[in-house]
Amino acid sequence: MVDYTYTLLIPLIPFLLFIFIGLTGHKMKPIVSGLIGTSGLAIAAILSYITAIRYFWTDHIGVIGYKSIKAFEITWLHLTDKLTINIGALIDPISVMMLIVITTVSLMVHIYSIGYMKGERGYHRFFAFLSLFSFSMLGLVLATNIFQMYIFWELVGVSSFLLIGFYYEKPSAVAASKKAFIVTRFADLGFLIGILILSFNTGTFDFQLLTSPTGPAITMPGGAAFMGMSVLTWSLIFIFMGGAGKSAMFPLHVWLPDAMEGPTPVSALIHAATMVVAGVYLVARLFPVYALGAPDALTVVAWVGGISSLFAAIIACTQTDIKRVLAYSTMSQIGYMMLALGVSGYGGHDGLGFMAGNFHLFTHAMFKALLFLGAGAIIHAVHSNDMKDMGGLRKYLPITHATFLIACITIAGIPPLSGFWSKDEIMVAAWHHNKILFSIEYLVAGLTAFYMFRLYFSIFWGKATHYHHTPHEAPYVMTIPLMILAFGAVFAGFLPFHALVTSDGMPFESHLDWSIAIPSVLIALLGIGGATAMYMKANGLPDKLAGVFGNGYKWAYHKFYMDEVYLFVTKKIIFRFISQPVAWFDRHIVDGFMNLVARTVDNTSNLIKGFQSGRLQQYGYVFVSGAIALVLIFVYLWNF
Amino acid sequence: MNILSLFILIPLLTIIAIMFTSNMKQTRIVSAVGMGIQLILAGILVYLYLSERNAGNMDAMLFYYDAVWFPTLNIHYTIGVDGISVAMIALTSIVVFAGIFASWMVDFLYREFFISLILLASGVFGFFISLDIFTMFLFYELAVIPMYLLIGLWGSGPKEYSAMKLTLMLMAGSALLFVAILGIYFYSAPAGSQLTFNLLEIAKNHIPIEMQRFLFPFAFIGFGVLGALFPFHTWSPDGHASAPTAVSMLHAGVLMKLGGYGVFRVAIYLMPEAAHEQAWIFLILTGISVVYGAFGAVVQKDLKYINAYSSVSHCGLVLFAILMMNQTAMNGAVIQMISHGLMTALFFALIGMIYGRTHTRLINEMGGLMKVMPFLGVVYVIAGLASLGLPGLSGFVAEMTIFVGSFQHTDTFHRVLTIVAASSIVITAVYILRVVGTLLFGPIKNDHFLHLKDAMWFERLSTLTLLIAIAAIGMAPLWLSNMINFSLGPIVEKINGVATVAGLF
Repeated sequence: MVDYTYTLLIPLIPFLLFIFIGLTGHKMKPIVSGLIGTSGLAIAAILSYITAIRYFWTDHIGVIGYKSIKAFEITWLHLTDKLTINIGALIDPISVMMLIVITTVSLMVHIYSIGYMKGERGYHRFFAFLSLFSFSMLGLVLATNIFQMYIFWELVGVSSFLLIGFYYEKPSAVAASKKAFIVTRFADLGFLIGILILSFNTGTFDFQLLTSPTGPAITMPGGAAFMGMSVLTWSLIFIFMGGAGKSAMFPLHVWLPDAMEGPTPVSALIHAATMVVAGVYLVARLFPVYALGAPDALTVVAWVGGISSLFAAIIACTQTDIKRVLAYSTMSQIGYMMLALGVSGYGGHDGLGFMAGNFHLFTHAMFKALLFLGAGAIIHAVHSNDMKDMGGLRKYLPITHATFLIACITIAGIPPLSGFWSKDEIMVAAWHHNKILFSIEYLVAGLTAFYMFRLYFSIFWGKATHYHHTPHEAPYVMTIPLMILAFGAVFAGFLPFHALVTSDGMPFESHLDWSIAIPSVLIALLGIGGATAMYMKANGLPDKLAGVFGNGYKWAYHKFYMDEVYLFVTKKIIFRFISQPVAWFDRHIVDGFMNLVARTVDNTSNLIKGFQSGRLQQYGYVFVSGAIALVLIFVYLWNF
Repeated sequence: MNILSLFILIPLLTIIAIMFTSNMKQTRIVSAVGMGIQLILAGILVYLYLSERNAGNMDAMLFYYDAVWFPTLNIHYTIGVDGISVAMIALTSIVVFAGIFASWMVDFLYREFFISLILLASGVFGFFISLDIFTMFLFYELAVIPMYLLIGLWGSGPKEYSAMKLTLMLMAGSALLFVAILGIYFYSAPAGSQLTFNLLEIAKNHIPIEMQRFLFPFAFIGFGVLGALFPFHTWSPDGHASAPTAVSMLHAGVLMKLGGYGVFRVAIYLMPEAAHEQAWIFLILTGISVVYGAFGAVVQKDLKYINAYSSVSHCGLVLFAILMMNQTAMNGAVIQMISHGLMTALFFALIGMIYGRTHTRLINEMGGLMKVMPFLGVVYVIAGLASLGLPGLSGFVAEMTIFVGSFQHTDTFHRVLTIVAASSIVITAVYILRVVGTLLFGPIKNDHFLHLKDAMWFERLSTLTLLIAIAAIGMAPLWLSNMINFSLGPIVEKINGVATVAGLF
């Protein structure tokens, strides 16, 4: 067995950085805290790359298939005889892949932020939180058991909360951070319930045991337990609820667009590349259980993914805030990944969807981080988020323009860039599983190309807007990460994922299916063509088209009124019809009763205390009248 | 001398020393030194306890000492501790120590204030070390009485009303409790032999089930009033709102824990069969407490009310978990008592400090305080995160132990209730973030707040003491959990062993 104990350092370094920068950051020069954070993360990234190279290649010579290795584990808390919460590091294809994704994007974002956050108040706080996030996310992917995952799941949630609310003096940022935390907390309740049910029935939290085809979860006797589904199915659906919340799947997606209130590098790291794919990772992590033990739950995953991807793509076509367009695009792409997992089977070529989902996660992390960082550079230059304030920027921001264009082509799925390869595998997997989902994805592919190029043309082409200050290209500290990520976005598609990241660890043969690839490229080109016609030069076409769709456009523009639905439920129902009555009931009924008891005692004693007046006349009066009354009674009784 | 007796002796000596002080500075220093020694002593106790256990001492109670003090009724001064009481003593020492520093600026009748505060503490310590239920009851009363004075004299708002309400409700609880204790006493030994108040002796004897059925509700509700059992919790919001900072800290942090501890030690331990029979009623009541308290907290406007309702919710969870009567859930209950004790003490300390600066506790009148007092703001956020159960802080450990433990029941009733209780984690997030968002974040609403100063050294010391304890438990919970588990094992065995026998009848 090869020793991977050192992987412990990968999350530990950011944790120590968080403590160090958090406690001493305010005493340093801002730039120092940024450099410390960045160099610490660079070490973690190097370790991750070493791990990946060792795990996938050098330690793998002469062996077929990848095993999962527990690199390190300690007991954190004993719960029952069987259930203990352990903290450790699990090394297997998906966790190693995630290590690469997280450390790469995080490092790029760190470098980028050194420039982007320059002059901000709370510079060191920003880097401390970034370290906290990196620690939590790395701990999450390395989790050896589902409870460790839950622990770090909560921690990434709070890091996200802190970073969304980074500009804490801005009410909208505070509201967005609250919303993100509460919505995902609600989803996490589902996750927790799922864990409780699963662990109660299997007696373990351990991933290796749970996902083993002969383990207690998969071999759990099936049968209808509740509403026609087995216990395992229910627990997996609950667990998926947690994943859906974190990954902003419909209908738990409402927090993601608002989360764009955070600084843009944060959006790139947390709300595009890493944290929001945690839900995908969760399903991938438990994939054998879903595929072998509860296919029904997997169907739920597929449909939630499919619906979310379409829903978000439609909204993305109507938004004008560039970060929000990207946020909906993220939601849509994650929907793709979920769908890929949902349509997948287990083992060999059946596991194509699993591979494709992870592949897309990987390529998406590169090009979406690139898009967000590019958006950051644009916002930096024009001081606005709204694409209406932009136009013709290609002259002013040449590097940003080039990298942004690469990212747009990638996400649209044009060969030979990486997005094409991963998306194509998803299409193939969907085609073999469910034709309706497949057609949804075809449609979404066209929409994606359309809204991305709508964004691209509105920013870099279109009308030449007059700017108060001539926009200028960002410094190298910001553009170099863009170039590196662009490199990743172009070439990541050539990684042999089908040999590396598969559902059962065994490599399989995968070929490009031209009969599916060609139409999907054509539909993407159609989307791009439409966007070119409408947005390359300012014209009246977009408004006309919006007019054609009429109410449909209005609904999409208002995000199908999901926010209003949520507000209604929380403000009107929970706040007004539960909390306020509870508070009133407590003050007036429960406490009122206690006060009533007290008042009764008080009144009674007031009533009685009159007798103890100390006045002799009164005593005499009472005494005499009492005596007379007694006499009368006695006389009356004795006579008869 | 037995180390446990020192826990009563040191507060008493401190009180005597305070009587000889001549100014505020001396009083403060004497109090701080006394309670500092107490804190160190608690550390030593934990160390001694663990090393005894490691050396293989399997006795139920360590540092046992027994002396008769009222032979006629066979009342003893019996003391001894197991893992649970050690943990509670450590909690008390930390909270009292922090409380002294949080009341550093009390200047009105300062000698009397510190004397009452420390007297209260000594009652609590006495309660936790006692094994004789009569003596235990005595210490319990000793802890409750100074509360009346502390709120009535040094409180704020409608302080006489609150003090009276709190004391009367707790006294009513005591009355019920007294009935239970006497009842237990008369069935404490087989007919004809010497009756006893000794907890360990009574546990060996079997109280007839008819008596248990009758006495259990008395004992449970008697202690439950102090543990904020719904619907007997209404003293808590008013009491806390009027109490001075340190008193709120001690009250919510420690005194409310006497309720949970008593329920566990007296009601359930001595009357397990009745407990099993009647648990469902109280499970429903405590389940209501958990969710109801949380919903109640969502709409409150006064910081102290929010925290009081949140205490109702969190303490409800303690009783809830105890009633689950399995080892994991009970372990969680003890951790929750400690965790909530630290957390709520920290909250009340912070609220006191904020109130001392802004002179208001209404969250709507404040805003953006993070900018003017970053230290207090950050600590408040961390306390809030602990309260909503963030991993790495103590609340998470406690809640998860409780939920996993409670869910191990094979019947649906217990598991459904667990899910209901677990849903409080969402509501908790709502009210905590509401407070944090309104109080600390956003723009500054009042220009007067711009000149407010951040925490002074004694305030930092007070809050950091609590914060370190919260983080220590949250990050490395295993030693605490194991210490409690070790002592819980035989107790749970007795509770459930008897129950299976009872099931046969």
